[in-house]
Amino acid sequence: MFKKNHLAPLLALLPVLLLSGCDSNMVVFEPKGPVAREILGLINWSLVFMLLIVVVVFGLFGYIVWKYRARPDNKDYEPPEEHGSTKLEIIWTAIPILIVIALTIPTVNTIYKLEKVPEGYENKKPITINVTSADWKWIFSYPEQGIETVNYVNIPVGTPVKFKLTSAGTMQSFWVPALGGQKYTMNKMETQLYLVADHPGEYLGKNTNFNGKGYADMEFTVESKSQQAFDKWVKDVKKTAPKLTEKKYIDLLKPTHLGRLTFSNNHLAWVNHGDMNSKTYTFPELYRNHDYPGQIFKQPDNQKNKAGKTDDKSMDMNMKMDGHSNGGEHNGH
Amino acid sequence: MGIKWDRFFITGDPLILGSQIAILLTMIGIVVLVSYLKKWKWLWTEWLTTVDHKRIGIMYILVGVLMFFRGGIDGLLMKAQTATPDGQLLDAQHYNEVFTTHGVVMILFMAMPFLIGIMNVIVPLQIGARDVAFPQLNALSFWLTFSGAMLFNISFVIGGSPDAGWTAYFPLAGKEFSPGIGNNFYAVAIQIAGIGTLMTGINFIVTILKMRAKGMTLMKMPMFSWTSFVTSIIIAASFPILTVALALMTFDRIFGTHFFTLSGGGMDMMWVNLFWLWGHPEVYIVVLPAFGMFSEVISTFSRKTLFGYKSMVGSIVGIAILSMLVWVHHFFTMGAGPGVNSIFSITTMMIAIPTGVKMFNWLFTMRKGRIQFTTAMLWALAFVPCFLIGGITGVMLAMGAADYQYHNTLFLVAHFHYVLIPGVVFAVFAGLYYWWPKMFGHMLNEKLGKLHFWLFVIGFNMTFMPMFFLGLNGAVRRAYTYSAESGFGPLMLVSAIGAGILAIGFAFFCYNIYWSARYADRNISSDPWDARTLEWATASPVQFYNFAKIPEVTSLDAFWYMKKKNKGLKFSNDELEEIHMPSNSGLPFIMSIVFGISGFLLVFEWKIAALVAALGILICLAIRSFDYNDGYHVPVDEIKEIEYGWQNKEKGVEKHVN
Ligand code: HEM
Ligand SMILES: [Cu+2]
Repeated sequence: MFKKNHLAPLLALLPVLLLSGCDSNMVVFEPKGPVAREILGLINWSLVFMLLIVVVVFGLFGYIVWKYRARPDNKDYEPPEEHGSTKLEIIWTAIPILIVIALTIPTVNTIYKLEKVPEGYENKKPITINVTSADWKWIFSYPEQGIETVNYVNIPVGTPVKFKLTSAGTMQSFWVPALGGQKYTMNKMETQLYLVADHPGEYLGKNTNFNGKGYADMEFTVESKSQQAFDKWVKDVKKTAPKLTEKKYIDLLKPTHLGRLTFSNNHLAWVNHGDMNSKTYTFPELYRNHDYPGQIFKQPDNQKNKAGKTDDKSMDMNMKMDGHSNGGEHNGH
Repeated sequence: MGIKWDRFFITGDPLILGSQIAILLTMIGIVVLVSYLKKWKWLWTEWLTTVDHKRIGIMYILVGVLMFFRGGIDGLLMKAQTATPDGQLLDAQHYNEVFTTHGVVMILFMAMPFLIGIMNVIVPLQIGARDVAFPQLNALSFWLTFSGAMLFNISFVIGGSPDAGWTAYFPLAGKEFSPGIGNNFYAVAIQIAGIGTLMTGINFIVTILKMRAKGMTLMKMPMFSWTSFVTSIIIAASFPILTVALALMTFDRIFGTHFFTLSGGGMDMMWVNLFWLWGHPEVYIVVLPAFGMFSEVISTFSRKTLFGYKSMVGSIVGIAILSMLVWVHHFFTMGAGPGVNSIFSITTMMIAIPTGVKMFNWLFTMRKGRIQFTTAMLWALAFVPCFLIGGITGVMLAMGAADYQYHNTLFLVAHFHYVLIPGVVFAVFAGLYYWWPKMFGHMLNEKLGKLHFWLFVIGFNMTFMPMFFLGLNGAVRRAYTYSAESGFGPLMLVSAIGAGILAIGFAFFCYNIYWSARYADRNISSDPWDARTLEWATASPVQFYNFAKIPEVTSLDAFWYMKKKNKGLKFSNDELEEIHMPSNSGLPFIMSIVFGISGFLLVFEWKIAALVAALGILICLAIRSFDYNDGYHVPVDEIKEIEYGWQNKEKGVEKHVN
């Protein structure tokens, strides 16, 4: 009968574990820059209230369940008729309201702060990096330095970095947990994210928004270097890295897994996917799976079609075929 | 027609081949068994054509159990795959299909049928009605849900499973990135089931508004009926959004329009908005009836009326309104701007207020009570701490700026399982243990029930608690694998073992159903728990017309006070009148088969064939509108006989409750 009462303390342990996270080595609790630190401050603030709520409710729960459990000796006890208590109900409406207010103010504050250059770095000139996500790789273009990297990004330490995020295809999410929160990348749309690394080091970045077969491997590294080392790296790249051509770039956008790549120019010269009217690059035939093939439609503004590639003809045929067409022509890619 | 027969069945994967064989054998087994027992006619007249809300409810529950199996196996497969770093059980494609079907099946084909099933059985009884307002529509609702569920479930053996997540975000879910037909199953099967659900919502709104027993004002209605009522309103308000969104998806995928695509000026964000405009209310659709069940169970087993009934009603209405105003919290990270994110952070956190009120009301219902630890009550008790963890992590996620670090990680996965499993699955178990005698005339075994309870609750916490920490350490959701260097290994293993324990718990539940059906005592009271609401005022299992004479209600907890004051329980024979009941009909069943066939053809993009099949739907509608059968009357003598059968038995109450 008192089995139940082992449960309460057992469960009460769990949030304690949750809180002990603060001094463990979880990446969110070990910020390496002011943005992540700002968010962590908010998280810790909320944890205090959560702990409070858990202690109060678990305590009350354990107490009530224990005290009012049915026992053989209270068999004849008939519980009172009790319909409520306005006073109590007002109390437990008011307290949550106060807690929500206490959480709201710093939340809104932080939300606004995160849109700007982090405090203390306002005087430092930010560097801009355009991030383009594609299936299944990350492309980083440095408009000021005129270079491009794939699956890794070097940044100068202590300098605010303005990441301009977009996607060449599917929706993805750009996240470097050690440095700050995440934001989506979307085609024909540009989002912005400020991050600063205040120590030199290597940080893991990932995509958190599922985008198909290669999703789990969509990781990249952020390396923060001293300004000198960064400048030297840029210079080296300019000198030694190969040039990216438009044709090669289109190949880059196809669904592949790549290692690190470096180029001495960048693709912004011919397309910025963040632009509302930018060209579309899609390769439906390359996404065939073991499921039954469906019809693929002609895409009026697809860059590849405009370039007069071989698929054009079969796609037209597709459109002309009767309602039972299933786009089988594209099999076997 | 250019059908590619060689691509029709999914081949090349031993797991899928095994399932194909298992499905075939099961189907043959069922046909052989039914034929051997000569039960075809019985199946048709008693079940397939029934319009009785109790039988429809039981069939819903059966679908829920089956789909819990399916979704649970998906869950276990995922846990097995990620138990160790670089697991080899599933490849990326297979994992993607598995979490997609897991999510859809659990929410739409497990949680919804379970809850709607229990609503079907209990709500008319609780409000003292003889059936729902539109019995035949109710049957159609069920059969459409069934048809949608079957269509969705065959996808992994025929045609290929959807693989773009249960959220099916565009552009990924569009033809540009998913050119196979897998995701057509998503668009079409959910559409069919969704139509059924929408009709259920309307049906229950009318039933509850128009068919309450004499004297039962809205504020004297049992809490489960209240939550079912509010749920039905949310269904009617939000499911049309899903219907439209899925229709646009179908156009994009099958007819080449550009609502959500990359090219042609589509707006992928529009899908995300429409999806969550339905999706967030949907989580309250599944959690509110659960709240109602807990209210009934807690009140019964504390032997006290619900504390703060009025504020309970106020808070569910508040939750329902707020549930429509928070959808953006699912994509704070989309960069909509700080103003938008702030507003939706606030509306989301505000939901914590009515939810907190409910929590305290439940606790204070138990205070000064006499708490009996029946299995049903144990589920309700475990719900309180577990759901609290789900709730507080929900508030953490609601804080927009903090969400930038939690979003799409396993922290989020842990949170919503901490809400959905205590909030839906615990509730369903509580409801089933509680109402089982009402449905079947025997109880579920309490000993097996407690084993089921402990294994399931411990397994559940072990599975999902580690995911909070994994998420904070940067583990993203929907990733089929991770490297050893990530350091996720140990907690992932704990979590996988927990899932195993949870599964054993569920196995005990299934065994309990079997055991109790065979061996449980049939000689039980019609009111074995000494309960408080009207469903216990009639026989168990309930006679087909529910109440020989509709009881009159003067207060909340009507049955409790009828027992206490010994008033209104008995009636003399000359008070009885003929009862008007609706006739059975095969039309809902046939119509949903036509729906299923048409849907199947549409999934394979055989458009003309699908259109031809869809004509069948119109024909069924036409037949229905010329159907002048308005039911039959149960003669008084028959009622007398049935009533005599259950009312005058001596049945032990006490020995079944410990
Ligand atoms: C039976 C025990 C269960 C287990 C072991 C389980 C396990 C999992 C796992 C491992 C994931 C995917 C994590 C990832 O890789 O992202 C998942 C996702 C999910 N689960 Fe469960 N789950 C269970 C029960 C439930 C229930 C009862 C519901 C709903 C009522 C549910 C709803 C979902 C949803 C909606 C998703 C997201 C699917 C998606 O990402 O598209 N699960 N579950
Ligand atoms: Cu939501």
